[in-house]
Amino acid sequence: MDYEIVVLTNMAIGILFALSLNVITGFCGQVSLGHAAFLGIGAYTSAILTKAGVPLVVSFLPSMAMAALVGLIVGMASLRVRHDFLAITTMGVVFLFTGIVRKQDFLGGEIGISGIPAPAFGRPGLLVTALACVAIYLWFTIHIRKSWAGFAFDSIAEDEDTARLLGVNVPRFKLFAFVVGTAGAGLAGALYAHQVRFIGPDSFGFVESISVLAMVIVGGIGSIWGVILAAAVLSALPQFFQIIDDYKLLVYGLLLFGAMRFAPDGVDGLLKRLFHRRSGR
Amino acid sequence: MMLYFDLLIQGLIQGAIYALVALGLTLVYGLLRILHVAHAALFTLGGYIGVIVTNDSGSFLSALILAMFLVGLVGMASYRVIYRPLLDRTPLIALIASIGVFIASEELFRIIFGAYGLSYLKPPLQGQIEILSGIYLSYARILVVILAIGLLTLVGWLALKTRLGIAARAAVGDPRMAASSGVNVETIRYATFFIGSAFAGAAGVLVSLLNNLVEPTMGAVPSYKALAIIVLGGLGSVRGALLASLALGVIEAYGTIYIGNFLDRDSIAFAFLILVLMLRPQGLLTRE
Repeated sequence: MDYEIVVLTNMAIGILFALSLNVITGFCGQVSLGHAAFLGIGAYTSAILTKAGVPLVVSFLPSMAMAALVGLIVGMASLRVRHDFLAITTMGVVFLFTGIVRKQDFLGGEIGISGIPAPAFGRPGLLVTALACVAIYLWFTIHIRKSWAGFAFDSIAEDEDTARLLGVNVPRFKLFAFVVGTAGAGLAGALYAHQVRFIGPDSFGFVESISVLAMVIVGGIGSIWGVILAAAVLSALPQFFQIIDDYKLLVYGLLLFGAMRFAPDGVDGLLKRLFHRRSGR
Repeated sequence: MMLYFDLLIQGLIQGAIYALVALGLTLVYGLLRILHVAHAALFTLGGYIGVIVTNDSGSFLSALILAMFLVGLVGMASYRVIYRPLLDRTPLIALIASIGVFIASEELFRIIFGAYGLSYLKPPLQGQIEILSGIYLSYARILVVILAIGLLTLVGWLALKTRLGIAARAAVGDPRMAASSGVNVETIRYATFFIGSAFAGAAGVLVSLLNNLVEPTMGAVPSYKALAIIVLGGLGSVRGALLASLALGVIEAYGTIYIGNFLDRDSIAFAFLILVLMLRPQGLLTRE
């Protein structure tokens, strides 16, 4: 039973993390190769706070705020650079994050932070909290998708210059996407820190950023349900591969390549092709 | 004063290696607009071939040539298998596919050659000479500089003076126009991948010589930095990439001494990248 709860909590955190990137990359079309940095910011903020005695749920807010603050700064960079330049800039952000954390003693440096207190409500309680967070964030993103902001995002993702000509306030919506997306990653980070109860700079590197981007792309860029499905499967996969532990990353890498090569529209596109219908969203 | 000069030389040597790795990336980017992350795997492959062939045959020179040739062929295969089927998709798809191949190949190196890496039995070119009073350089380091200058000059000559080079530059500028004037764009792409990958292979051999070690993960950091370099240089600009490589090597060398307590080596490189991009979003040498 315990094992199932751990796997399910991992899945919930993975889904929340992927949904948060989906706002930036899926909705607004801004590629980020450094999303794990914001997971890390949330995790470190929450870990330091709960070690100082703050209850976990109270630490959610500052964790989200810290991640969103840095997200706002990176968002400002997205106003300056675009496309591949933005992808590489965000990649730089994640290396900068791990590099800074490595050298700061109060963040545990190379060794990281261990002994993060277990949540007061136990493992099943953490699962319920994680699921509640996913539900709230999911509701929020669906709401965004259907609102005026959703259409503005669409137009920016499609063609930024045309959107600007049509009078869409592009900088404002881009920053909004970055703030909402990175705040979600911060929340996922707070949950993650208390799930594994040990965090270090290596937990939030480039590979983690790529795996979350893979969830969004395998799910079908922008498709909420596709992303949820892909995130659930991909975040549970490593657990099943424990059996063939030695070949875990090999299989994961080949899966990524295979998915792009044979189903580049993602799960969403596959399903649509399967049912031969063009649904809206 | 001595220290400044020593750091400058170390930085330039590191920069020369970055330049060799970045060249292939920048050529591929210029031609296909794809960020070719799997390039890193070719760099590592070069290192392995270099060590294994040197240890078996005793000849470092033949190892270097063989590594460049074989890695070039694998590079052509990578274009055929990874990128060609994805050319009409958004570049992001190719990027993720490339990252997938890179992750898988790192694992493959680990499974085949072991996690702890390989070393030279008798490391070649370890002698040192005094180039200025008090500053010593090993033959290996001198070879890095000479080879980098030689290979990059060769590419410059290829691009400017040969039919292939002229056709390649035409294909970069306007692929459709080039094709309709009788350039076989597909041949250009294969040739570009061969040359770029061979250079990455050479860089892998040289790094394996400098560190006397090849490991499964040795490709990761240089290639991420090479991605940063081609962005800094203004994507697709060969001259910009060279300038950015040398600048990055030197800045890292000074940075680790002076702000190493606050940032590690890799984040110094990326802090520099972000700073430059904010000031010049189009890269160092591009004019919009």
